[in-house]
Amino acid sequence: MRGFLGQYGLIVVLLVLPVVYGIQDLQQDGDLSRLGNNLMDGLSNGAIWALVALGYTLVYGIIELINFAHGDVFMIGSFVAFGFYGTIGLSTATGTVGLLGGLAVTLLVAMLACASLNVMIERVAYRPLRNAPKLAPLITAVGFSFILQNVGLLWLGGSQRGVPDLIESQKELVNLGGVSISQGDALALAVTAPLVLLLTGFVATSRIGKAMRATAQDPEAARLMGINVDTTISLTFLLGGLLAGAAGLIYALYQTTIWFFQGFQAGLIAFTAAVMGGIGNLRGAVLGGLIIGCIQQISDNRIGAEWTPAIVFGYLVLIMVFRPQGLLGEETREAG
Amino acid sequence: MSAIDPLRDRRETLAGLARSRQASRAFTGLVIFGAIVLPFFYPSGSGFIDDSTTALAYVVMALGLNIVVGFAGLLDLGYVAFFAIGAFTTGWFASAFYADANGGAGIHLFVTGPAAELPGIHMNFLLVLVAAVVLTAVAGALIGLPTLRLRGDYIAIVTLAFGEIVGRVAINGDEIKLAQDYPLTRGRQGITPVDKIDLPFVDQFTSLNLRPWYWTALGLALLTLFVNFRLRDSRLGRAWIAVREDEVAAASMGVPLVRTKLLAYATGAAFGGMSGAFLGSYLNTVNADQFEFSFSIFILAMIILGGLGSIWGVVVGAIALSFINNRLIPDVFNTWPAKVGLDFDLTELSFGIFGFLLVIMMVLRPAGLLPERRRRLELAEGVGAGEEDLYEARA
Repeated sequence: MRGFLGQYGLIVVLLVLPVVYGIQDLQQDGDLSRLGNNLMDGLSNGAIWALVALGYTLVYGIIELINFAHGDVFMIGSFVAFGFYGTIGLSTATGTVGLLGGLAVTLLVAMLACASLNVMIERVAYRPLRNAPKLAPLITAVGFSFILQNVGLLWLGGSQRGVPDLIESQKELVNLGGVSISQGDALALAVTAPLVLLLTGFVATSRIGKAMRATAQDPEAARLMGINVDTTISLTFLLGGLLAGAAGLIYALYQTTIWFFQGFQAGLIAFTAAVMGGIGNLRGAVLGGLIIGCIQQISDNRIGAEWTPAIVFGYLVLIMVFRPQGLLGEETREAG
Repeated sequence: MSAIDPLRDRRETLAGLARSRQASRAFTGLVIFGAIVLPFFYPSGSGFIDDSTTALAYVVMALGLNIVVGFAGLLDLGYVAFFAIGAFTTGWFASAFYADANGGAGIHLFVTGPAAELPGIHMNFLLVLVAAVVLTAVAGALIGLPTLRLRGDYIAIVTLAFGEIVGRVAINGDEIKLAQDYPLTRGRQGITPVDKIDLPFVDQFTSLNLRPWYWTALGLALLTLFVNFRLRDSRLGRAWIAVREDEVAAASMGVPLVRTKLLAYATGAAFGGMSGAFLGSYLNTVNADQFEFSFSIFILAMIILGGLGSIWGVVVGAIALSFINNRLIPDVFNTWPAKVGLDFDLTELSFGIFGFLLVIMMVLRPAGLLPERRRRLELAEGVGAGEEDLYEARA
């Protein structure tokens, strides 16, 4: 019994919400289209969380630090994208070709901005503390998170800011048996999937990816093998920043509102996703992101959006307590 | 650094400590006396006394958090939860919030003055204080329970999650009905007004004369200080520090990890609750907006600024940050951006400033303004020297 709970308990807990509301839908509407729509929205939201979660998991995997400022880097990504729209004059009136080209450039700009920001944070706030007690960099991470939030606050003010709905994100693209897939959903998945594949491929096959994995396993040994550990760690932050920038643009396009506090929430949600999948595990982070997206959407739609953060954090605590290694992760030192 | 120097440093430090013990006692007495007579130099309703009272309440909280983070080394990012629970205890048991209690006649326990006439539950402040301490201590142990198996940063995240959950419950508490017409909180509207403090043998406190409030806060702070010193030097306090330094070694020396950690959480939380109960009455409102994550960081910044684990350092850090927050930023520095031609309200940025402070302190002076003696000795001895040698060899 105990073994079963340890192995499958988390999966059972995760399935509770969809199963309960699936049964409820079948009784009330006779089909599962409402749940299906929830899950579809959940998946595209989850795609954004997956991108952010990858940043957490990459960094944690290599230096065992919860990069608390990562969510706020993602927020800055949204802001950069929004600012860049204005600079190059993208609006809802722009033609399709111009729009696609403009968005591609914006994507690149947002990704590069976040990547350099992330690398800068690592250089300033984490590298000097590499040999300090483990809590020290976590505290500077929290400090940077607050600094970035205030940068956002100064930049666009304290209230939610509308973003031009460039891609008509709510417009239905196809309808599969009552489940509508909007243009926003398509965009989120279309940008996320290749990025995730590229990243996992990069880490798995490239020379730098190999160096990253070696550093993650044992920094000392990696150094002895001639790997420049500092550069490798910087590159990890760079990759995380790239993904956060992409997530920032997709978020702005998909949600069409941005504000300075989005990063804090997103950061915690994405961290939950990373832990759920097994922190340090790339595929786990993606899986966790998608699952959390669905839970969030179901909770928004059925229980009430004001309770969603509490529910997500409730899951976070449950996972931390009962399965700290997550769904796919291996036993970490933390789990012992 | 040669191997001899730190040893000599330490010997000098220890000798100096023995000599300075008398002097430090006298100094402590002087500081306490100064703190007691301070309000006589200001008008009874002045902003300075107001800020000082808040600062003292924050000292209590910071000292409480210092037990968890500074002594036991368990990073707690959800300390605001205990502020919330303490303040809500005041809201529930010392206001007209539950107006239907006892059929509209109200429940009154040892209260005098206007509160004795009002509907709702009204308990004497001392009872509220005890209730808050008990409730938060239990909550602290409960929140600590799931973190026992975890280490380091995972603890931080779990406590943060709990803090956020408590905050969410506070915001949405008007939807949670304990019974008909008994909601848990009043959300963002806040429970207000709250009974003024009503102590035996003295007049009812008023919002015009802030001196009694100040002295109450000072009394709480001194009590907390005393308990902190006694705890630090007790068997339990040494166990906390042992756990902080090396959990495995502590366990093998016979320190019961579970009990030691839970007691740290419970004690730390109890002080948060005490201060929260006081602030609930002093601020005259218990409002969900008070209980945000940034407040946890505010208190954490105090103890990091002062020096993790150093009791006097924490006191200095708490007073400094709360004056920076309540006085310097809104009153003194707020005109600066305008002077250099920038248009923004500095008060909005206070948490960015605290964030900056956290980063700067951690990178430049990780031991804080007044480092704990034990930490200072460790730093002087250069515990990490072995690793440094390794890095030099590489370069």
